[in-house]
Amino acid sequence: MGRNDNRKKIGWGAANTIAVALTLIPVLWIVSLSFKTPTAIVDANPWPKQWTWSNYSGILQTSQFLRPLLNSMGIGVIATLIAVLLASMAAYAVARLEFPGKQVLIGMALLIAMFPAISLVTPMFSIERALGLFNTWPGLIIPYVAFGLPLGIYILSAFFREIPWELEKAAKMDGATPFQAFTRVIAPLAAPGMVTTAILVFLFCWNEFLFAISFTSTIGARTAPAALAFFSGSSQFTSPTGPIAAAAVVITIPIIIFVLFFQRRIVAGLTSGAVKG
Amino acid sequence: MSIQSRTAAVGAAEQARPARRRRQLSEGARAERRLGWLLCAPAVIVMIAVTAYPIAYAIYLSLERYNLELPNAVKFVGLSNYAAVLTSVYWWHALIVTLIITVVSVAIELVLGMLLALLMHRTIFGRNTVRTSALIPYGIVTVAAAYSWQFAWTPSTGYLSAAFGNATPLSHTGQAVGVIILAEVWKTTPFMALLLLAGLSLVPEDLQRAAKVDGATAWQRFTRITLPLMKPAILVALLFRTLDAFRIFDNIYILTKGGNGTGSVSILGYDNLFSALNLGIGSAISILIFICVAIIAVLFIMGFGAAAPGTDTGRR
Repeated sequence: MGRNDNRKKIGWGAANTIAVALTLIPVLWIVSLSFKTPTAIVDANPWPKQWTWSNYSGILQTSQFLRPLLNSMGIGVIATLIAVLLASMAAYAVARLEFPGKQVLIGMALLIAMFPAISLVTPMFSIERALGLFNTWPGLIIPYVAFGLPLGIYILSAFFREIPWELEKAAKMDGATPFQAFTRVIAPLAAPGMVTTAILVFLFCWNEFLFAISFTSTIGARTAPAALAFFSGSSQFTSPTGPIAAAAVVITIPIIIFVLFFQRRIVAGLTSGAVKG
Repeated sequence: MSIQSRTAAVGAAEQARPARRRRQLSEGARAERRLGWLLCAPAVIVMIAVTAYPIAYAIYLSLERYNLELPNAVKFVGLSNYAAVLTSVYWWHALIVTLIITVVSVAIELVLGMLLALLMHRTIFGRNTVRTSALIPYGIVTVAAAYSWQFAWTPSTGYLSAAFGNATPLSHTGQAVGVIILAEVWKTTPFMALLLLAGLSLVPEDLQRAAKVDGATAWQRFTRITLPLMKPAILVALLFRTLDAFRIFDNIYILTKGGNGTGSVSILGYDNLFSALNLGIGSAISILIFICVAIIAVLFIMGFGAAAPGTDTGRR
C-alpha cells in the first residue's frame, strides 16, 4: 500500500512538473533573450552567458515604446471603467428587474461574445475615418467597451443574483427609490463582481491586437502590442530581436504578476461567464 | 442570429408569466420597466453602434466597387464582389488553412485541457502551483508569446531551431502552420482547462466512489460517468474555443505575417483592407467570415440541445 502511494506521488509530481515547465519555458525564453547582448542573440543559447540591461535601457528611452505604453494604460483604464459602469447597470436590470426585451439583451450579448472582430475592421475603419475617430484614443476605447460589455453583463448578472433581495426591499421600504437602492445598497455588495469584471476587461484591452493595428497609424494612439509589431529597434542598425524581447517582457511581466495576484477572481469570473452564462 | 431566436423562443415561455401580470401594470411595475430599459440603454447603444451598425454598413459597402485609391470610381456592383471572393483561390486557401488550424488546435486543446483539468482536480500536492502556472499563458499578451515562439524557431537565434538542427519551420507552409498551432495551443489550453475544471467539479464524488466499489476501472469511470456529466461544460468550452480559433489573427500576424500560404481568413481580410485598400472586397470578406462564424455557432447550438448557454440565464 505504502509503495503504491509513493509511486502515485511520484507520478503526480512528474505530471505537475511537466505542466509547470511547459507553461514557463516560452516565458523564460523571451526573458533570457531580453538580457542578451546583440552578439549573444545569434548564439542560440537558451540562457545568456553575459547579462546586459542595454535592451531595456534602449526601449525605455524611445518614445516609440513609451508613448504606446502610456496609450495602452490610458485606453485600457478608461475602456474598463466605462464597460464596468455600463455592464453593471445592464446586469442589475437583468438580474433584478422585470421588463420586456430582457432576453433580446442577453441574446445580443451572447452574439457579440461570438462576433468575429475582423468583420468589423473594414466597416469600422471607414466609419472612424469619416467621424475623425481614426488614430485616436476614443477610436479604440469605443470598440473595447463594446466587446467588454457581454463578458461584464454575464459575470455581473451572475454576481447580482447572489445578492440578498431583502436588503434592497428593506431599503425601498425605508423610502429609497429603485435608483437609490441600486447605488446605495446593491452596488457596494456587488463590488467584488465589479472588480472581477474590471480585471478581465482590462486584460482583454491590454491584449487586443487587431483593432489596435487597424484603427491607428502612429504612436499617437497605438497600443503597446501594436507598437511591438512595428518595432524597428532603438537604432536602425541593430537587429530588433533584443529590444522586441525586452518590450515583450515589459508589457508581460506586470500582467503576469497582476494575474497571479488576482487569480481566484479571474478563475471565478472566467468560469461564471462561460460555463454558467 | 439563431442564438438570438433560440433565446427569444425560450424567453417567450419565460415571459408568459409576466405577460399575465402586465395587463394590470401597477405604477411600481411601470417604473420598474422604465428603469430596466433605462439601465440597459447605454450598453445596448454601444453594442449596436459597434457591431450591428458596422455590419449593416459592411453589407452595403460589399455591394459597391470601392477602392480607397480610386475614391471617384465608387459604383454599385451588386453581388460581384462576392463572386470575386468566392471564385478566388486566396479565399478558399485561407478558409482551408483557418479550418485546419481551428480543428487541429481545438482537438489538441480539448485533450490537453482535459488532462490539465484532471491534474488540477486530482493531484495530491502542488495543486495551487499548477493552477497558478496555468494562468501564465492565459495572462501573457498574445503578441509577446508569439514573438517568443518566432524567435525560438529562428535559425541561429532560437533554442528550438538549434535543437532540431537549425530547422527553419516558419519558411515551410506545413511546418509553419504547425508552429502556429503550437503557439495557439500553448496560449489557450489553460483557458480550456479552467472551463473543463469547472465542469469537473460538478461531477458528484459519491458517484465515482460507488462505481469504484462496483469494480469500474479508472478509464470506465472517466468515459461512463465523468464525460457524460461534463458534456454541457465540454460543449460550451468547445464552442467558445472554436469560434475564437476561427478568428485567429495575432499569432499568424507575428509568426509569418500570413506569408507562404499560412494566412487565415482574418489575415486575408486585414491584408485586403491595408494592402489592397479595397473596401468593397474587404467588406464582402467580412460578411463571408461573419456567415462562417454563424454557421459554426448554429452547428454547436444544434449539438447543445437543452444545454444551450442562455437558456437558463433568464430563469435565475
